[in-house]
Amino acid sequence: MKNPFFSSLAEFARGRDERRFSIEEVTRYFLSRTEALNPSLNVCLSINQNAVNRARQIDARLVRNKAISPFTGYPVMIKDNLEMEGYPTTCASRILSGYLSRRTATAVARLLSLGVVVLGKTNLDEFAMGSSTENSAFGPTRNPWNPARVPGGSSGGSAAAVAAGLAPLSLGSDTGGSIRQPAAFCGVLGVKPTYGRISRSGLVAFSSSLDQIGPFAGSGADALEALVAMSGKDPLDMTTVDRDPAEMRSGYQSTEVMGARIGIPEALFGEGLDGSIRERLKDLRDALSGEGAREVSVTLPHSRFGINVYYLVATSEASSNLSRFDGVRYGFRVKNPADLRAMYEETRDQGFGDEVKRRILLGTFALSAGYQEAFYRKARKVQALIRRDFLEAFERCDMILTPTSPTPPFAFGEKTGDPLSMYLSDVYTITANLAGLPALSVPVGIDSHGLPIGAHLIGPPWSEGRLLKMADRIAGLYPMPLPELHAGHADGFSEGGRR
Amino acid sequence: MNLSKADVLHVARLSALALTEAEADRMTGEISAILNYVEGLSVVDIPDESQDGAALSPTLLATDTPSPSLSPEGALAGAPDRSGSFFRVPRILEEGR
Amino acid sequence: MSGRSDTHLREWEVVVGLEVHTQLLTKSKLFCRCENRFGAPPNTLVCPVCMGHPGTLPVLNGEAVRLGLRAGLAAGCRVSPVSVFERKHYFYPDLPKGYQISQYATPLLTGGGLRIRTEAGERTIRIHRMHLEEDAGKNLHAGIPDRSHVDLNRAGVPLLEIVSEPDIRSPDEAVDYLKRLRQLLRATKVSDGNMEEGSFRCDINLSIRRPGSTTFGTRVEIKNVNSFRFVHKAMLHEIERQIDAVESGEKILQETRLFDPVSGRTKPMRSKEEALDYRYFPEPDLPSLVIDPAMVEEERSALPELPEEKVARFCAEIGITRADAEILVAEEGLSRYFEEGLSLLRSPSSDGDAFRKARERWTSFVLSEVLREVNRQGEGVLEGETSVGHTVALLGKVLSGSLSFSQAKEVYGRAVEENKNPLALVEELGMVQLSGDDELGLLVESVLAENPAEVASYRGGKDRLFGFFVGAVMKKSRGKANPEKVNEILRDKLKG
Ligand SMILES: [Mg+2]
Ligand SMILES: [Zn+2]
Repeated sequence: MKNPFFSSLAEFARGRDERRFSIEEVTRYFLSRTEALNPSLNVCLSINQNAVNRARQIDARLVRNKAISPFTGYPVMIKDNLEMEGYPTTCASRILSGYLSRRTATAVARLLSLGVVVLGKTNLDEFAMGSSTENSAFGPTRNPWNPARVPGGSSGGSAAAVAAGLAPLSLGSDTGGSIRQPAAFCGVLGVKPTYGRISRSGLVAFSSSLDQIGPFAGSGADALEALVAMSGKDPLDMTTVDRDPAEMRSGYQSTEVMGARIGIPEALFGEGLDGSIRERLKDLRDALSGEGAREVSVTLPHSRFGINVYYLVATSEASSNLSRFDGVRYGFRVKNPADLRAMYEETRDQGFGDEVKRRILLGTFALSAGYQEAFYRKARKVQALIRRDFLEAFERCDMILTPTSPTPPFAFGEKTGDPLSMYLSDVYTITANLAGLPALSVPVGIDSHGLPIGAHLIGPPWSEGRLLKMADRIAGLYPMPLPELHAGHADGFSEGGRR
Repeated sequence: MNLSKADVLHVARLSALALTEAEADRMTGEISAILNYVEGLSVVDIPDESQDGAALSPTLLATDTPSPSLSPEGALAGAPDRSGSFFRVPRILEEGR
Repeated sequence: MSGRSDTHLREWEVVVGLEVHTQLLTKSKLFCRCENRFGAPPNTLVCPVCMGHPGTLPVLNGEAVRLGLRAGLAAGCRVSPVSVFERKHYFYPDLPKGYQISQYATPLLTGGGLRIRTEAGERTIRIHRMHLEEDAGKNLHAGIPDRSHVDLNRAGVPLLEIVSEPDIRSPDEAVDYLKRLRQLLRATKVSDGNMEEGSFRCDINLSIRRPGSTTFGTRVEIKNVNSFRFVHKAMLHEIERQIDAVESGEKILQETRLFDPVSGRTKPMRSKEEALDYRYFPEPDLPSLVIDPAMVEEERSALPELPEEKVARFCAEIGITRADAEILVAEEGLSRYFEEGLSLLRSPSSDGDAFRKARERWTSFVLSEVLREVNRQGEGVLEGETSVGHTVALLGKVLSGSLSFSQAKEVYGRAVEENKNPLALVEELGMVQLSGDDELGLLVESVLAENPAEVASYRGGKDRLFGFFVGAVMKKSRGKANPEKVNEILRDKLKG
């Protein structure tokens, strides 16, 4: 988290404008830190060889012109399912080996136009399918807090990058919790915006109706600026909604803990939740009440079917979205297939990992003749009920508090043998995707084993600003220590307390 | 519901995925377990859809103005196999769909 | 009809529904802005979207929606206020995403119909639905050993699929339906209907049953039949095949077949073990298509005169027969040429009678001379040296009496042949009509002198012989005599 130059976006902008550091200096610092730590953490799948060049160009421009945005020169890492023209996009899959993107994701392009420097592309579960970043064709990412533990997933690389101080800001994608669960596991803030807030153009689709891009950041204020920068109607994505991104700033400014109505679905704090997480969240609830928040009991009767619905809707869409990886136009193809059918089947068998194949098969089944009604269609109907539950609950509260994850970061291999238990680690986050709602995970300290704990806030549509303000209040209650990091190389980094 | 291995192989064929015997066996068990779990949905009652007649606003459509395509090299770069400016695949025996 | 007697066929009723895929006349593709153009070098009209690259999303072309609406309104369809795009899945090298974006459960248009004419009179073939979908690319095999090539220029081109109800009962009806449908699409500028370039393609669903039966026989689909002639041939063959099969106790398989123009037969398209399951589901990358009522109204009010209406107008206004009007309207280009000619002939000074006469001449000239050349040489003869302006000028010479009608016909034929301006040709050939009293008087007198017996009979009351004298004078003048003048002088001289 900590770096020698700045501790927030605003501080970065001030330091830059007062010439306390150059962009090149900052860029080199993060690149060398990444170079030092990546061998042990496996956060980055590729480093942007052009980053220093770009930093120099920005420095040169800053000699003559004022910065156009706080982001001018700001270092960022992006999940490797987000496209940048001319750069590889692997989705941590063998099937995209050698692939170079022809375009830049709208969200990334908008940040680039404000002047960010992309440092590199981060590891993920293959095609964002997983909750541990173990399903990567390029090996798992390690949790900066404990290298024996997973960083969560699927945006494990991006979460770990911010936690380990390899970048102050990173982008992930969230289909069922893929930003928020790794944010909780890595002790950083992670936000999934309202569906339609940020363009998905240039995000390699996993489940089109659920995917959203979002940031990992050190604070709600920083995440807010990143969201404002990336949001808004995009002519390349017909599912984006025409809303003024600045509404998030007003939401952030106007929100107070005092008088806020926090919805508590009590059922989600009971069975199945790790004891230390339950206790910490109890502590949080008390603290918020102490500051004048009002707890409102809400029931989300259909939320217990969230996993069921998710694993039908998401796999159905995924089976379809991944049909394009066929070895005809780009990417991997098996050598010397016997015939056309063999080319398809063997390319896809060898190109995809186990979890991806499992989900393609499940999704194909859920859409297939004779079963679609009972599986895919039924799931869509229950999904509508889940959304309705939330909208009804938000008539009585401003936001809903739940745990982010039922467990602390687990050990490598702990759940890989049992897909279902892995799926269950998204039990609290999945419903926000199914209902298209904004949600975030904010760190609330570490447990007795030194592992981070996250609190999860879900809001009504378009309420990101309010959620972020509340997240900053909560973060203020639980100052995070810094993870102890051990570089793969001799030169370690000394880590002090935060702030 | 429990799938048979034949079910899994049928689905694998629809998905254009070759599965080894061992893979098919393993997937049969795993996918059956997941299906048994997700089938929990069957208990949910779905209320009669009273489509809310909320007036939807017309879909915003793109204007019909062509923009430049990729260069042939841009289109074919990275193709696993090509012949001149065509993508090349093993002989197609079945006629179109 | 080959092989089978009509009586035999009458023991069976043929039930046919047609699915037509027609390319829409947009400038860009359905979901990306690559150009929609035929004949470009391979893979030059492609982008990440239509090549199915990762990270790309479809963006719906408003003009395609507009053209779809227009076609639907012209055929009397109902517009769905909200329609839904769905994905249809199968793996094939010309299908970049592994699915085609189409409409399935909720199409853009439903209902409507098209009037056709059969021996038994007029009938409506009902339209079941029309929907938007994207075209696939093209696979090429010819001359490539062991491999196939893929060109994706056509991938993503907008198609309107037009599905009829199973109301068609014979190959002739099928062809008439297709011709009228294509006419409608051309008249409304929805599609160019060009079959050689594949912008108008037809699938045939055909079954047979005993007349009077209310259930359908097993339906066989014949895919991609791409000319009217082949539609006719394919249906004839398939009808015979099915009758033979049923009469020899076989069961008709529900299957997809292909027509082979070389053998004139249909054959099964895919091996039986290949199960298809398209797994349609709503396209999550596209919101439901909510139609702007203003667009529907714009299209409704801007709808051009439809072929049906034009036929009626020609009959009523010009007084030509329905059959002639149908011929004029059948070809969009010819009908435009005809009407342009009419408006050129309607000079402000000409009185009603003169115009009526000019119109008669022009109608007969177009229906005989111009139609013949169009059939022989194509619609190119309607442009250039033999454009409507030049041809009307030629006819003007006839109307002013300086050229005979038969001379004009001769000149027009040569002008097409030699690609020359007909008026220039008239001068070049020194063609003039003999109108002078002296010249014609001499001609008439010599004809009368050569036929004294006929002159006597005429004068004795055989009026009908007048035509004989006119013909003889015209012949003697080699067609150059002005027939009206000849009439006048003959009448005068025969009075004796
Ligand atoms: Mg179709
Ligand atoms: Zn394109």
